[in-house]
Amino acid sequence: MKILEYLKYLLIGTVFGFVLVKSEVVSWFRIQEMFRFDGIHMHGIIGLAVVVGIISVQIIKKNNIKDAKGNPITIPPKDASQWKRYIIGGSMFGLGWALLGACPGPMFALLGSGITVMIIPILSAIAGTYVYGMLRNSLPH
Amino acid sequence: MDILTQPMPWYIAGPIIGLTVPVLLILGGKMFGVSVNLRHACASCNFGNVEFFNYDWKKAGWWNIIFLAGSVLGGFLGGYVFANPEPINLAASTITDLQALGINDFSGLVPADLISWEALGTPAGLIVLVVGGFLVGFGARYAGGCTSGHVISGLSDLQLASLMAVIGFFIGGLLMTYLIYPIIL
Repeated sequence: MKILEYLKYLLIGTVFGFVLVKSEVVSWFRIQEMFRFDGIHMHGIIGLAVVVGIISVQIIKKNNIKDAKGNPITIPPKDASQWKRYIIGGSMFGLGWALLGACPGPMFALLGSGITVMIIPILSAIAGTYVYGMLRNSLPH
Repeated sequence: MDILTQPMPWYIAGPIIGLTVPVLLILGGKMFGVSVNLRHACASCNFGNVEFFNYDWKKAGWWNIIFLAGSVLGGFLGGYVFANPEPINLAASTITDLQALGINDFSGLVPADLISWEALGTPAGLIVLVVGGFLVGFGARYAGGCTSGHVISGLSDLQLASLMAVIGFFIGGLLMTYLIYPIIL
């Protein structure tokens, strides 16, 4: 039943995009407020999302919960010894996040909300990804 | 219908966004992360035959691309069909700071002064839309993930690497907000 599989992810994505817009996470103004530490809104959203995420993942791991197909749930660990890529790459991402006021999820949710000019940063982000792929072997990781 | 057009409080939105992690893990065995779709987009048209994009993007990314299509649909429902007619209830200090930088239109989700087709023709708008997008794409892949992959998924799994990335996100964000934006605007 491939169609049900598609609908499952479409539905989860729809809820995600809806919540991103309704909670104003997609708003350039809210990102400015966050980086200026002027209000609890964004910090509260991210903080609670992480707390709920941590508790959920702990429950899944402790109880060896299987996924819907009966496969064990495994989360691949990230290599923390590559600290350069996280700090340098992360800082570049942060510069872009604050400049554009949107990270990848919100870019697409904003496009859906009718802010059609978001297609420009989306194409630019794809170009940025491609240039990273080309330069990857000469960048510190 | 009022409930659908009103903004969602942070204490409701946060837990729902956090639940995306276990929902994707349990229903599909998938790890939540949006920016990898940009890599799939590159892999789908890898004209330069770059090694990093030589993989079966349909097999690896079909579910995530559909998730992303859902996010566009959700954005349409939340920001168009059930759009909030009121301006965002922003902190007064943020409004004062932004007015000092020359932002005047606080009516929508994003400032039309910077993010609109008209703004694309101005130096500031061009930088925001083109350079901002480029840095988001380049930085997300360099760091191995974006807000969803590192802040939400990675921290949920208590990954040290993700904590480093989040520190990086804030280094960049604070530099942009306090040092670079005042130059651009």
